[in-house]
Amino acid sequence: MTTLSAARYGTTRRTVTVRVNGRDVTRAVSTRITLADFLRDELDLVSVHLGCEHGECGCCTVLFDGHSVRSCLMLAVQADGHAVETVESLSVDPAKLHPIQECFAEEQGLQCGFCTPAMLLRTKEIIETGRELTDAEVRHEISGILCRCTGYQNIVNAVQSAGARLRGRAAGGRDP
Amino acid sequence: MTYTYIGKDRRRVEDPRLLVGRGGYIADLGVPGMLHAAILRSPLPHAWIRSIDATEALRLPGVVAVLTGEDCKARMNPCMSFGPATITQYPLAVDKVRYVGEAVAAVVAESRYLAEDGVDLLKADYEELPPVTDPMAAMEPGSALLHEEHGSNIGYERTFEFGDVTAAFAGADLIVEDTLRWGRSAGMPLETTGAVAQPGFNGVLEIYCNSLNFSYFVFLIAATLRIPSNKLTLRPVPAGGSFGSKLAAHKVPTLAGFLALQTGRPVSYVEDRIDHLENSDHHGCDRIYEARMGFRADGTIVGLDIDVVDDYGAYMQFGVGHHGNAFSQVVGPYRFRDVRYRLRAVVTDKCQQGAYRGFGSEVHNWVLERLVDEGAARLGLAPEEIRRRNFIQPDQFPYKIPGGNLYDSGDYPAVLDKALSMIDLDRWRAEQRRLREEEGRHIGIGLATTQERSVFSATEFWFLLEKPTFPLTSSPESATVTIDPTGQFQLLLHCQSMWGNSPETVGATLLAEEFGIPPESVNVRYADSAHALPGTGPGGSRYTAMVAGAIRGASRKLRQKLVHIAAHTLEVAPEDLELVDARVQVRAAPETGLTIAELAATAYFFALGLPEGMTSGLEESFTYDHPYTTLPAPDGSDLGVFYPIMGHACHIAVLEVDPDTGMVSFLDYVAVHDAGTIVNPKSLGGHVTGGATQGIGTTLYEELAYDADGRFRSSTFRDYLIPTAVEAPAFRIGHVQTPSPFTEYGIKGGGEGGRMVAPAAVSAALDDALREYGMRVRQLPVKPWEIVATVQAGRTAQGWV
Repeated sequence: MTTLSAARYGTTRRTVTVRVNGRDVTRAVSTRITLADFLRDELDLVSVHLGCEHGECGCCTVLFDGHSVRSCLMLAVQADGHAVETVESLSVDPAKLHPIQECFAEEQGLQCGFCTPAMLLRTKEIIETGRELTDAEVRHEISGILCRCTGYQNIVNAVQSAGARLRGRAAGGRDP
Repeated sequence: MTYTYIGKDRRRVEDPRLLVGRGGYIADLGVPGMLHAAILRSPLPHAWIRSIDATEALRLPGVVAVLTGEDCKARMNPCMSFGPATITQYPLAVDKVRYVGEAVAAVVAESRYLAEDGVDLLKADYEELPPVTDPMAAMEPGSALLHEEHGSNIGYERTFEFGDVTAAFAGADLIVEDTLRWGRSAGMPLETTGAVAQPGFNGVLEIYCNSLNFSYFVFLIAATLRIPSNKLTLRPVPAGGSFGSKLAAHKVPTLAGFLALQTGRPVSYVEDRIDHLENSDHHGCDRIYEARMGFRADGTIVGLDIDVVDDYGAYMQFGVGHHGNAFSQVVGPYRFRDVRYRLRAVVTDKCQQGAYRGFGSEVHNWVLERLVDEGAARLGLAPEEIRRRNFIQPDQFPYKIPGGNLYDSGDYPAVLDKALSMIDLDRWRAEQRRLREEEGRHIGIGLATTQERSVFSATEFWFLLEKPTFPLTSSPESATVTIDPTGQFQLLLHCQSMWGNSPETVGATLLAEEFGIPPESVNVRYADSAHALPGTGPGGSRYTAMVAGAIRGASRKLRQKLVHIAAHTLEVAPEDLELVDARVQVRAAPETGLTIAELAATAYFFALGLPEGMTSGLEESFTYDHPYTTLPAPDGSDLGVFYPIMGHACHIAVLEVDPDTGMVSFLDYVAVHDAGTIVNPKSLGGHVTGGATQGIGTTLYEELAYDADGRFRSSTFRDYLIPTAVEAPAFRIGHVQTPSPFTEYGIKGGGEGGRMVAPAAVSAALDDALREYGMRVRQLPVKPWEIVATVQAGRTAQGWV
């Protein structure tokens, strides 16, 4: 029975090394645990939110080698040797927010906060392309993440404001 | 009235913790030794449960227990319900299943993975029954019954008449008549409902849950679990959105509590998305209307006749309160006096109805506005003109409507004018013509208004019943304000924790206004049920207005105590003192005074320096009852005043329809709301845009669909389509402020209005865009292929090949 359930329910484990928010983490993980559950349950990165667990809502979005992925659709073992960023990489100190977090606070680009970590990471990814976007393009770029509270207008404003602020800084411009 | 903090676009105090990913949601909560539950859902719409075999599941290492409806029947009482006593419900189906997705068994295991493995190994055997899916057929005598004990699938039937509709219609120049269908959608927050229950100290069962309203009703859950009410503590946990879906959800905390009691271990049950889509407590309204409205030739509305069949699904936890909500604003913002309303509530093999932003009033508003638009079209009046001619006028408030509710205040023409000026209607109408003629594009402009009732009274829980068993009249809200020995402020709220609204921002802003302290310095906490004063929580757009009353009441008592300590210390008369900027000072000599911190030290540490009879400490609580409610008449001829704090809104949507694909895109969207005095305009604006986007979802995309065989067709977010940022319009928001004469600061509720008006505005815009093809929206959601079919039929009729 034990052997059967091990085979059927994947209780085998494998050791992985994942670079999480800039630090290497080595763990023996169940081969069937999702990347999202690994981040949440084993590394206490509870900013990774599970909204649907079937890849549609986008709340579990993390940056995987710099690109946004849905961590509910990946297994932890697939992250072996890769770099993962969660919103904790921006700032974990509510009194010292990252500029993207600041802009979301200023524009009220959140209400319940459940999609927020995903939106913040996606915003970082969009801004890092260095390209200035129209509002309509921003809407397209964040359309993989659902927000049920805001109706998106304040999120679009926050993304644009963060973009202006960070691009300004990168270009040596003044921080408004 | 000018304020220092109220009415300013300030940052929310909830946001910093949310922005660093520490929202404290239920799934983030871990308790030592905690087990996890997963449920087996029924694959059938209607069947007797013959047996559930758990042998294999219990053999799986890590599985601790399997519980079924048989265990519920033996060891718990039915769940709390405001519906008929002969329609009973348990968190796990007892004897029979009544919809696809109903929970039939729970597996408790050492991890969620193992619990779901255990569910896979359960073997359930059913005896199928005919599915009851069409509410009209369900009412026929020969129909299969959901609840044998109830004896019929009609859960409620009654006709109300206020005035004389027959006489009113006899004097009408035009009567419009339509069959209108409102499809089933739901609040569908991105976080599901969840609870962690643990057996605690001294035999107390503690349930952490992201749904906890009505602190004065917690005893009902204890009664279900068969434990003394003083041995149950509910601990509020922040929620990742609600929109109604976390308003007193009962199945989840009850099930978690039951599993913890049966296993003697802490148990977490958090719905997964499929659980929530198929088995939540809160699917939204699902109605069929035969509706008529009478007009005089000049556009004056003379009466309304409604015959509505409401498909409640399998259970009626909230009774027919959704229609009480319709009665709160049954005439909308219009002056007509004659209303007939026949209601039949039907049970079918679908998930139960609960609450969704509007709680039924949004459906009524859509019907009302559909009829007004049809009347306007038939009489050749512009949509804004027919509304203007029928509006209740600013000098008519307070205004008693047919049925008995009261509208406290308002300025509907001002809201309409502001919306018209923001959208620049003449320019858009010219552009619409130009684009049609020059580019062949189909632009539609839709205008709609809504009343936004707020601050319900508990009389609406029972006033539709002919023989109410428990005619409750309380719907209080409480607050406790504490100034600690160093002068720092704590605010204790006695309600469900933050669920996306801004209770902490509101509380901190109001305390800042009362005491002249920085809002950011206030710490806000939520009371558990063991410490909670009477509270009803958010819902029905009540919380901001009600908690403001509680906070102001507590603040008055605390200010008085501060002033009396200062008067005693400074040896001056209390009436010569004033509280300014966190300091009590002599009115005539402001340089003489004591800071709140200095007074707090005296209050806590120097009892001999206090006025005689005063006790140590600086903490005051206040319970604020509904500011204006009256008893209904026993015969139902008058429902009393129950929802009098009346907001108003006007939305104007400009959209484009692709006639070949049926796809809709927005070109402009203006929303103007009057929610009385606004605490934080940006926050209110966010609720308007969020609510309106949900209303757009209800109109165009979202549907909890069952087919004729009772199969559920919307089990994933690939089927249940929530608008993304691409579907949502670029909103422009306007505010009008008509303070309520009945609430503290003049605040009205504003949480639901966006969803209450958007479906009507978008429906009107679709009609307008495709008028040449005879488009008339009669059923929501409007599917792309229905638009295409209407266009094709219209083109055929016009002789296109």
